[in-house]
Order: sequence, then structure tokens, then C-alpha cells
Amino acid sequence: MEPDYNTLQEFVTHTKGVAYLLIAVALVALPVFWRFLTDRDDKKRTF
Amino acid sequence: MAHPTCQTKPVVFTPFNIICGIILLIGGVITILRFTKGIGAVTNLDDNNPWGIWIGFDLLCGVALAAGGYVTCATCYIFGLKKFRCAVRPAILTAFLGYALVVLALHYDVGRPWRLPYPIFFSQGTSSILFEVALCVFLYLTVLFLEFSPAAFEWLNWKRARYVIGKISLVLVIFGIILSTLHQSSLGALFLIVPSKLHPLWHSGYLAVYFFISSIFAGMSIVIFEHLVVDRFLHDKIDEEHDIESRNVALGFGKTASFLMAGYLMIQVIGIAIDNDWKYLGTRWGLWYLIEMIGFVGLPAVVYAIGVRERNLKLVQWTSFWTILGIILNRLNISLVAFNWQLPLGQKYFPSWMEVMTTVFIITIGVVFFKVIATRMPILHAHPDYPDDH
Repeated sequence: MEPDYNTLQEFVTHTKGVAYLLIAVALVALPVFWRFLTDRDDKKRTF
Repeated sequence: MAHPTCQTKPVVFTPFNIICGIILLIGGVITILRFTKGIGAVTNLDDNNPWGIWIGFDLLCGVALAAGGYVTCATCYIFGLKKFRCAVRPAILTAFLGYALVVLALHYDVGRPWRLPYPIFFSQGTSSILFEVALCVFLYLTVLFLEFSPAAFEWLNWKRARYVIGKISLVLVIFGIILSTLHQSSLGALFLIVPSKLHPLWHSGYLAVYFFISSIFAGMSIVIFEHLVVDRFLHDKIDEEHDIESRNVALGFGKTASFLMAGYLMIQVIGIAIDNDWKYLGTRWGLWYLIEMIGFVGLPAVVYAIGVRERNLKLVQWTSFWTILGIILNRLNISLVAFNWQLPLGQKYFPSWMEVMTTVFIITIGVVFFKVIATRMPILHAHPDYPDDH
């Protein structure tokens, strides 16, 4: 069910809140995906 | 290193030549009809649907799929990954032909080709995004011609011209990347002006970002797929170095494309959250959107990743084709399918057979030119006099 928004601020607070949560998910998910993508690469020693 | 030469006696009536000849003949007749009888004689366009597949496919998909040029140049010359050097010339040739054909297709849509210089030289509509697109495409086509010219100069044995163009190549590469960044995103920004016409799932304030990011993995995918095609049909023109390096290109670009597609998918979801468009996902439009996003972005990203992990070249190459289909679907959705989404089905646009045939005609011109150039000039192999500059 779509929540009621009485003001623009309510709408933006809600959508931005969801967006920030999704960004947090992306910040965790993308490095995990990168690891999946590269964990069989030949490791290069840089030190 | 082997230097391929044309040793077989040329045969004129090959299946490729016959099919291309028929398409070019039909396309020629439609071209005459278009420019003598007007746009209404050959298209199903009307006041509700002024842009058809000549814009949706030929222009939007053409520009996105020609992104291989700037992506490969950036990878090789800006990020210094010289192991991708063998992909530069085929990518630039494809981009050059792609953009040239975009301009050609635009003539069919706009008509009056003699007015083409007007937006640049006579009547600049600087408040329009289309002006920026026109200026970028005009400049980038010139840059691509110059970037392609070393191959032509080597073939013609014009050593002085080859030397001069070699000196400014890095400037051209940088200029080309800047221009591509601008107009690839601007083509998306073009649709910001139609929030009431474009379905909310496809319309977003981030359209410019979507178009730019998707153009990068589209460009990478077309470079990978291109090698699959030339390896199948022009194998005798490929030298040993190109053959070996192309495997690195496919795996390297496949890895990057996979990660970019994952990121693209994430920002699409964030875009839905920002606009609060969740409610549309439960509709039939939502289903179509999910098919595009999961079926042609999410799944190819995972399959690319599996292909790269397993070092499975064929899987990566065929996933590139899958990704290309996804890009085409995305551009067609934005410009045609989800555009005017509130119109009744009877008033929706569907291309006439002559529009489709014109598009096939234009693609065929590109394929023929690619074949003619790649079989003669040092595109898929190094010129003996410039083994290190290829």
C-alpha cells in the first residue's frame, strides 16, 4: 500500500531514506561481486 | 609474425555479395521514394509518433554500439593497458562507420540533407540538448576519421601524413573521449523533457548517467563480439599477435563490462527508489522493465562473470551478443515502446516494412564498408613498416 505524503518533505525524506539504504546495500554487494569476479585471477605481488 | 595477404582469386557472386546486393538494391529504391515522395510515403510516423526506428534504432542504438571506439582508446591510451592495443583499430573503424551511418540515417529522418550544416554554422539552437548532440557528433565523427586515418595512410604508403597524424594521436584520443562522454549522456538527457510521455520506470533524472554507463559496457561488448565475427569471416586477415591478444581483450573487457552492468543495475534500482516508482513494478509495464533489467542486464552480468572466472572465451563472446541485444532493447524501450505509453494500442507506432528495410540497408552498408576496409588496410594486422604502432 502506497503511504500518504502530506508534504514534499515527507516524500523526499521517505524516498531518500530508501535510496540511502540501497546505496549501503550497493556498497556491500559490489565489492562482493568484484571479489567473485576476480578471485581466480593470478595474484600480483605489489610489495 | 605472419602478414596476411590476399592470395585467393576474388569471386564476385558469393552468397554474401548476392544478399548484400539485393538489400542495397531494395534500399536504393526506398531511398529514392523517401526523398522524392516524402517521409509519409515510406514510414508509419505521425504527429503522435514523430520518431520511429530511424531514431530509436539507427541513431540511439548506433551511437551506443559505436562506443567501442572511445572505450577502447581510453583503456589503451589513457589507462595505459597496452595489452588491448590490437582492439583499437577495429574498434575505431567500427565507431567511425557507426557514426557515419548514424548521420546517414538522420538524413532519412530529417530530409533536406543540404540543411545539415545549419545547426552548427548558421542557426545554433544553444538552448537545446539536440544542439549539443549535433555538435558532438559532428566533431567526434571528424575525430574518428582522423583516428582512423593512420591505417589509410599506411595502406597508401603516405609516410609523411602518417608521421604527422601519429604525433597528434593522443590529443585526438583525449578529445574523442571528452566528446563521447558529452553526447552519450546527452542522448539520455534528451528524454528528460518528456516526463509525461515516457513511462516512469524508464524516465528518471539519472537518464544521462544511465545512457553514459550503458554505453561503456555496450562498447566493450561490441568489441568482444566484433572479434567473434571477424575471427569467423575474416580469419585470414588477422595476424598472430592480434589473434593472441584478442583473448585478453575479451576476458578483460568481459570482466569490466560485468562489473559495470552490476553497478548499472544498482543505480537503476536507486533511481526507482528516488522517484518512488515501486508501484509500477507490479504492472505489465513493470514486468517488461524487469525482463529488460534482469534478463538483459543482471543475467548477462553474472554470465560474463562466470565466463571470466572460467576463462571461457566462447561464453564471454556470446554473452557480449546477449548484452548488445539488451542495449538495443533498452534504447528501443525508451524511444519507442515505453514512449507515449498512455496512448491506446491502436495509435501506437509500429514501423513499416520500408522503415525496417532502410535500417537493414544502412546496416548492410556498414558491414560492406567494414569488410572492404578490413580486407585491404592494416586493421586486423600490423603493417610491416609500423609493427609497433598498430
